[in-house]
Amino acid sequence: MENKIRVSNLNFFYGKAQALYDISLEVPERQVVACIGPSGCGKSTFLRTLNRMNDTIPIARADGEVIVDGENIYAPGTDVVALRRKVGMVFQKSNPFPKSIFDNVAYGIRINGIQTSKTDLNDRVEKALHDAALWNEVKDRLNTSAFGLSGGQQQRLCIARALAVQPEVILMDEPASALDPIATQKIEELVVELKRDYTIVIVTHNMQQASRVSDRTAFFMLGKLVEYDSTQKMFQNPNEKLTEDYITGRFG
Amino acid sequence: MDHRIIDQQLDVLRDKILLLGGATESAVQRAMQSLVERDSVLAKQVLEEDKIIDQMELEIDRLSIEILALQHPAAHDLRFVISVAKITPILERIADHAGSIAEAALVINIEPLVKNYVEFPMMAQTAAEMLRSALDAFTNEDAQLSREIIERDKEIDTSYKKVFNALLEMMIDNPSATTGAAHLLFVAKHLERIGDYVKDICELNVYLREAAFIKHSRLI
Ligand SMILES: Nc1ncnc2c1ncn2[C@@H]1O[C@H](COP(=O)(O)OP(=O)(O)O)[C@@H](O)[C@H]1O
Ligand SMILES: [Mg+2]
Repeated sequence: MENKIRVSNLNFFYGKAQALYDISLEVPERQVVACIGPSGCGKSTFLRTLNRMNDTIPIARADGEVIVDGENIYAPGTDVVALRRKVGMVFQKSNPFPKSIFDNVAYGIRINGIQTSKTDLNDRVEKALHDAALWNEVKDRLNTSAFGLSGGQQQRLCIARALAVQPEVILMDEPASALDPIATQKIEELVVELKRDYTIVIVTHNMQQASRVSDRTAFFMLGKLVEYDSTQKMFQNPNEKLTEDYITGRFG
Repeated sequence: MDHRIIDQQLDVLRDKILLLGGATESAVQRAMQSLVERDSVLAKQVLEEDKIIDQMELEIDRLSIEILALQHPAAHDLRFVISVAKITPILERIADHAGSIAEAALVINIEPLVKNYVEFPMMAQTAAEMLRSALDAFTNEDAQLSREIIERDKEIDTSYKKVFNALLEMMIDNPSATTGAAHLLFVAKHLERIGDYVKDICELNVYLREAAFIKHSRLI
């Protein structure tokens, strides 16, 4: 299996405070990697280093390498817009814009300056909504406000918006943490479905969710990667006592 | 967290399987005693108490499933529940064999005493020792000891062949001993099966400790 992403000796700082320590791991193509760990351990920070979303924080500084498709994304001259098109992101709180369902999905395509004809745009929006398992629920009301959707639908709309620019990697930061169990289940099914075409890195505080959807699991604590292995190994017989203690709820 | 909800339930599960293990061990030991000492009252007791063992099995099943369904155990907790759930029916079957030995004792005890039990008491003792050690190894999660016990199963198989031949000769030489000897043959077979089951328990002990499946594998 090809590695889509390779992180080597990554250190990350917010000003003087170090948030990630010497992280090295590989994300295989078309697999789901789950990041778990107590809150504040650096999961979101780590996720944002994969498409340089941390660049927007003035005091933030990264050193080390993050190689996506063989290229170090921290190398000078990297086209960050193109990077973020390739490595898309879905956040914890669904954040649709005060626009129609259609425009929410079309937005990403438009701001990325992707040139499309009207029918092309329609096709892309439809495909993204299909891929996000939302099409059947919204096809008759594409021009109504996105705020009319349920929480779970809004989250899938945000996934559709991320998919519309045809990324190769999708980063998800606790995408289901604000959803009820049924909406959560739909997101989980979607994640498993999406890995046919995309490489996915998902942060979740829900360990059962990590075990259900991911192929590999990374366990972080205090900014360090404690253990990274196949999910079935991590949940049945982890190597590290810290991992065992965390996944069996021995510490909070 | 010092105390997890699951800990209390795992403790109960551990207590229950240790009780079942003790009851099974005692059933095997007393079934053999009823035979060697020609004590039919004891044999009947063993048969009677098999019901209690069946009941213990049901309780352990229920609790294991409840823990799986409600507590979502992972890692060692998960392996522990799985091991218990898989060892329990093995113990119940060993107890069934003890019951069959007790039934055989009821027949044999009214037949003339068959002289020369040959290897027999030794075979019974090996089986009982293996069972006790296997339960100790489970309690202490001792994979090394478990592997040693698995090796000992060969001793039982060898004894079984000797006992089989000896009893066969006895039947030929002394036709009046045929009924007794035939039933003893069954007893020997039950002991041999108990050895196999003990081996299965030991394989699960290794799984509990190492998450490795050594059943059907040369890599012991
Ligand atoms: N924008 C920020 N500025 C300064 N410190 C931050 C910022 N974001 C996160 N941190 C700090 O970095 C550490 C890791 O946070 P985060 O990556 O959000 O953890 P997690 O997602 O695992 O909860 C925490 O100590 C947090 O306070
Ligand atoms: Mg976070």
